[in-house]
Amino acid sequence: MSTPIPHDPAAPLFDIVVAGHGAPGQPTTPKQLPHKGGAVNPSVDALRARFGSAIGRHEVVWGETTVYVERTKVAEVCAWLQSDAAQSYEYLSDVTAVEYRDHVRAIEVVWHLRSIKFRRFLRLKAELPKDGKTPLEVPSVWPVWKGADWLERECFDMFGITFTGHPDLRRILLWEQYKEGHPLRKDFPLRGRFSRAEQLKNALAADPEARYSMEELSVVEAFASLPADMRQRLGGGEKVGE
Amino acid sequence: MAATKTIEVALSTTGLGPDGRPQRIPLGAEGLISSRPSLEPELEGEHMLINIGPQHPATHGVLRLVLELDGETVVRCIPHVGYLHCGFEKIGEYRQYNQIIPWTDREDYLNSMGNNVAYVLGAERLFGIEITERCTVLRVIAMELSRIISHLVWLGTTCIDIGAFTPFLWSFQERENVYKLLEGWTGARLTTSGTRVGGMIADVPDGWVDGLKGFLANFPKTLDQVDRMLTRNAIWVGRTVGLGVMTPEEALNYGLSGPMLRASGVAYDVRKDFPYLDYETYDFDVPVGTNGDVYDRFLVRFEELKQSVRILEQAVKRLPDGPVNVDDPRVILPPKHKATSEMESMIHHFKVVMEGPRPPIGECYVPIESPKGEKGYYFVSDGTAKPVRWRIRPPSYVNLSAIPKMVEGHLLSDVIAINASIDIVMGEIDR
Repeated sequence: MSTPIPHDPAAPLFDIVVAGHGAPGQPTTPKQLPHKGGAVNPSVDALRARFGSAIGRHEVVWGETTVYVERTKVAEVCAWLQSDAAQSYEYLSDVTAVEYRDHVRAIEVVWHLRSIKFRRFLRLKAELPKDGKTPLEVPSVWPVWKGADWLERECFDMFGITFTGHPDLRRILLWEQYKEGHPLRKDFPLRGRFSRAEQLKNALAADPEARYSMEELSVVEAFASLPADMRQRLGGGEKVGE
Repeated sequence: MAATKTIEVALSTTGLGPDGRPQRIPLGAEGLISSRPSLEPELEGEHMLINIGPQHPATHGVLRLVLELDGETVVRCIPHVGYLHCGFEKIGEYRQYNQIIPWTDREDYLNSMGNNVAYVLGAERLFGIEITERCTVLRVIAMELSRIISHLVWLGTTCIDIGAFTPFLWSFQERENVYKLLEGWTGARLTTSGTRVGGMIADVPDGWVDGLKGFLANFPKTLDQVDRMLTRNAIWVGRTVGLGVMTPEEALNYGLSGPMLRASGVAYDVRKDFPYLDYETYDFDVPVGTNGDVYDRFLVRFEELKQSVRILEQAVKRLPDGPVNVDDPRVILPPKHKATSEMESMIHHFKVVMEGPRPPIGECYVPIESPKGEKGYYFVSDGTAKPVRWRIRPPSYVNLSAIPKMVEGHLLSDVIAINASIDIVMGEIDR
């Protein structure tokens, strides 16, 4: 509450600016974009010069540049893209993954990066081959952008991709005890794996006494560790939280 | 499992009675309450765990916040989302491109027309379609009208949360006027589904633009009323200034977007920085806050309402005549009288309806400035009529992920104000 209350009616309440300072010329709506080819994002060459063989092929589709990065180097590449003054990708738009309908084609993890300063957009991709040997694992970019927290959790929830280094990789949209797998994988049927009857059975079998613990703040079977009088009250059929 | 100690809250008992059952405090038993030594002596000095939601009017949907409190101060906040999860993205992989549009209404349901437009902008880039002049301007009108709706709902509900009732009535009254306009155009208020790949569901009906002009003439008066009521109101200012502060660096790092980011002082507006729908040709300003608190977010959103009116006035002036839909039989249905009388049109009609339009192999991500922030639809196509992947970049999901950081160290009552200032829509967060 240290900020003074604005009481002077004549004083301006906030600045009005035209967004996006730092680049010459105002951008315009892209028109007549070619399907393949076109201007390549200059960051691609800079990445090649910096990381060499860790950077794979690149392609420009509908005016957007995609760079393939080696799976294990992603966090390193992202940290450099964010901190280097000539790149300045300070904003992480999205983290997601794509699985193709092809049984052979690799699962791709996709990062959408944005440089507000230079008005650039870059898509990074890492391929996770479906050969049964490569783990579904990429380094987390959470140390670089805190905004990756929930995006990576969602990606883990929906695709089962592990982000190593993420501080709290749990399911987020589905509940923690969800057993049916990862819904956005192509081998997951649209209606789920269990029938309605089985889902109802599972729901009814869940333990309603599961509690939140102070240490973990997550659902645990904490009944046994409750204070004795509370266990007694709960055991006697008392409802809590009234 | 770590050693756990769980503390129950909101138990108003006087301890166990002779029968081993907890004794209730009778209503109005003042003497009993004041004379009791301490209800839960083991609680002293301990942190308390409290649960807000998922069914709570101030969480703006089914959001659940687990708060660890030290007295009344928030030590830790763990949000839980997912109660509305419907699997939109999974369903979209089984639908043709035009069939996904109704789902976009239902995610951020306060901005349904804006989502429709954002969706087809992405799909059209994937198809390589250039829309007509009239359609471009109509879509700008659609987007700005839904921005007004969304900000008005935000304004009204936030006022309720903080304790001002009258602006809620004013803003919902104006919202009703916009819904009437949208209903006249698309036939629906909330679930508009107003766009198609390559055009709109329909041109605006006769006299609709006059109705819009009437709304634009009256709406600023309501805004002035709200301005007089809130902007320098000591209670309003006292409840909002200095809460949930995010510095520009933090806001960028946490991926905030939209008014949340601009209130922190980062001048990033997709309409200016990565324009679409010829937004660069409209004359409008971007308000940018300085403190990054709840009050600045209010100011920024409030100013955006006025700027939306400016954009709408320009759009109404320049609205050109001409066709709304592109002349492309791959994606647009032929007129009904042709489909029933001409062989070729009938084949086009059949192919568009039964097989669906097929984009070339490729992918694209087109961001737009939704009322909540940067919203984008990411498409991956393998050349078939159904997308391999259809991804929503939900702005309020990313904005909400910063709430543990924002509420830390604030009072329990301020959690409500901070949560309201994020402008969340759970339909978009859970999808």
